[in-house]
Amino acid sequence: MGDPGACFHCGEPVTTGRRYMVEFDTDALPVCCPGCKAVAEFIRDSGLSEYYDFRTVDALRPEAPEPDGIRPEWLAYDRETLQEHMTSGLADGQREVLLLVEGVRCAACSWLIERALKGLEGLSSIEINPATARGRVVWDPSSLSLSRIMDAIARLGYRPHPVTATAGASVATRERRDAMKRLVVAGLGMMQVMTYAVSLYLGAFQGMDEDIREFLRLVSLLVATPVVLYSGLPFFAGAWRDLSVGRPGMDVPVALAVGGAYAASLYNSFRGTGEVYFDSVTMFVFLLSLGRFAEMTARHRAGEIADSLARLAPATALRIEPDNNDPVPVGVAELAVGDRLLVRPGDPFPADGRIVRGRTHVDESMLTGESRPVSRETGSTVTGGSLNTGDPVDILVERVGADTVLSHISRLLERAQSSRPALARTADLVARWFVVGVLAIAAIVAAIWSAVDATAAFEVTLSVLVVTCPCALSLATPTALTAATSCLARSGLLVGRSDALEQLSKADWVVFDKTGTLTRAHVSLQAVRPLGSLEENQCRRVAAALEAGSEHPLATAMRRTDAPVARDVSAKRGEGIEGVVEGRTYRVGSPAFVARLSGARVEEDATDPASVMLGDASGLLAAFTFTDSVRPNVEPTLERLRHAGLELEILSGDNEASVTEVGRRLGVSHLRWRRNPEAKLERIRELQADGHRVAMVGDGVNDAPVLAGADVSVAMGAGAPLAQTSADMVLLGDSLAPLPIGVTTARAAMRIIRQNITWAILYNLTALPLAAAGLVAPWMAAIGMSASSLLVVLNSSRLAGETAAPGKTRVSGITAERAAMTAHRSGS
Amino acid sequence: MSIIFVLIPLGLIVVGLGIWAFFWAAGSGQFDDLETPAWRILMDDDRRPPQQPGKEVDGDE
Repeated sequence: MGDPGACFHCGEPVTTGRRYMVEFDTDALPVCCPGCKAVAEFIRDSGLSEYYDFRTVDALRPEAPEPDGIRPEWLAYDRETLQEHMTSGLADGQREVLLLVEGVRCAACSWLIERALKGLEGLSSIEINPATARGRVVWDPSSLSLSRIMDAIARLGYRPHPVTATAGASVATRERRDAMKRLVVAGLGMMQVMTYAVSLYLGAFQGMDEDIREFLRLVSLLVATPVVLYSGLPFFAGAWRDLSVGRPGMDVPVALAVGGAYAASLYNSFRGTGEVYFDSVTMFVFLLSLGRFAEMTARHRAGEIADSLARLAPATALRIEPDNNDPVPVGVAELAVGDRLLVRPGDPFPADGRIVRGRTHVDESMLTGESRPVSRETGSTVTGGSLNTGDPVDILVERVGADTVLSHISRLLERAQSSRPALARTADLVARWFVVGVLAIAAIVAAIWSAVDATAAFEVTLSVLVVTCPCALSLATPTALTAATSCLARSGLLVGRSDALEQLSKADWVVFDKTGTLTRAHVSLQAVRPLGSLEENQCRRVAAALEAGSEHPLATAMRRTDAPVARDVSAKRGEGIEGVVEGRTYRVGSPAFVARLSGARVEEDATDPASVMLGDASGLLAAFTFTDSVRPNVEPTLERLRHAGLELEILSGDNEASVTEVGRRLGVSHLRWRRNPEAKLERIRELQADGHRVAMVGDGVNDAPVLAGADVSVAMGAGAPLAQTSADMVLLGDSLAPLPIGVTTARAAMRIIRQNITWAILYNLTALPLAAAGLVAPWMAAIGMSASSLLVVLNSSRLAGETAAPGKTRVSGITAERAAMTAHRSGS
Repeated sequence: MSIIFVLIPLGLIVVGLGIWAFFWAAGSGQFDDLETPAWRILMDDDRRPPQQPGKEVDGDE
């Protein structure tokens, strides 16, 4: 699977040689780290190796193997206070929790988790949706604890995060179920009424028994009533809401037409004479509901993508009790300023605070974009949500909850989001004038016809209302957007906000964040420059030997398999490592530290803080430079974006050397470095002031306000959840490749929308005078209206065909995977 | 033609049953996730990959 040097489990390059192997059946396959080894073996021993055949995406690399026994942080989830906060009790004594499972990337992941957990006694149901990485678990607290569930998921290499039961998800589900019911009632009702209507029309020409005619009219009434009163309820409610705030919207003429036609038909049915319009009414309600449903689906997809901060801010912390100095797992909600917490390596800091014991490295890339961990001493401050990558430390809590930097960023984000371009408001305004116009024309027509021919006045007015229904006009945009959205989702780009496609089609300037977007989050060794007598390869070997025991990210990049063994290794934190290799003492680390061994002088290379040197007692031997590893296939993606006429820019919080290096390699000329979120936002504003439409691609939390400030924003799916909440679009998977597809599809969608709107307006302008002149019967008006809507829908569906070619990559991937599955099955 | 006085109500009853069935299906969450079940069917639960002898098949380690 994959290239020979890739980890069997996570697909990352194996830098440890054949140190970690997993045995499957007869093969021994290389994995990259003990974490992957533990997970792969656990999956194998659980009898779930099929996961590796099913999956479409490599697994997330686990931080480290799970310890024996249940981790204390999972145990905290068994606490009463946390359970009350995070889970809800069901009627039969069972409990339910919603989980966000980090690392779920394809259907095989959800299959794996569901299968593995089904063996737990006391677990009644588990469902994981691979599209949203959210799951629902129901268990019996008397025989199973939540910590065991969390532990089992973690052992499979995923990170479960309980999501505070938000009302949002269930509201969306209820709304969707309701809309579907209304749609089905309207659809089936319309079909029934239509068959009766056809009989009635034919009967009108060929003659029909009076009692049959009466019967059909009453049956039509019977069927149309639930359609109008149940399926049409949202339109009446909307019209009432619009009128009560004094802003007539699209719902007002719709409610007027539906209500008026229904009331008149009802009256005529009981009177036994006169026209009935049940066919027109039901058709009208159904087609309008269909449009609303398409719109709602797009809106909900946006909500699904948006996620909580749950993944970043930990839900539990280890509090050191003052009386006995024991760390006790507690919920973050229980923390108070002044609490002393133990933060272990690999854990995020639960709150803002100050280190009071120990020192460590902190990965703040989520907050600052800096790709390398920074060193934090006793007395320095740490930010909640950043990751402890070094050693265990004790911190004193200084800020909790709403006061933390993380909450501050999310508030900044909310503000930026609330000040979005007012495209929606413009559309509302146009619609309002349109509706007022329609109502005015209908009133004028009614007045004129009452004077001319009072008997026909109602029918003509009804025709005008139906024919000018802004149905095609209101379907013009959502249908095209939905077609484009689902097409893009298939090629790996989720569109969150409905106006994102419009903005993307107009964008002329793409700003990329560097770390985690153009480059992977970890660094790799770029070059070794020998400075002394030792040749390059020997330098590499010696350095690798010294760094073999270190977990520092630069050390990881230097590792190699043929390194000799170093003795008497001692690490000087923040400076480097000293040790004896093949009988000689060497130092590797910061230039100053290495130079002190020999007393050599070294001019500090300020532009490149990443450089590491190797030296011995006689002097300096080599300089190592590191580089971010650029994601595979970024160059062709950028080339295609450039080909589409977009300017590219890198805007990073990282240092100058890294940014210029990446820019040079990717051929991007607009480069900005060392920008904090405010400066990035400022740069975006500056570009916008110059008249550019800016698309921003990023992944970190620090980008969130920047993403919200850009005209359109795209977040990497593997990035932070907060970035997703603010981003208009999310790239699924770990590749930028869908981005140019997104641009072409967005432009095609805008073209289609323009065609649709042109058609709808042309239709309305032609049909209105005809209807006003009394040449159109209500049923003809309804058919005309449906035909024009149908044309709009069909035109929109062309989008799926037009963009099928670029979207092929993903589709063929699925096909290949199916083929693999078939092969797998026939081989067994 | 008086047969339609029977057939049309009969048809309405069938439509009513259909709507009732749909309401039940929607209410019990059949349409909440249209993606996962399509995948799940491709993944056999009953077929075991070859096991190492002596290894216990257990999901709740």
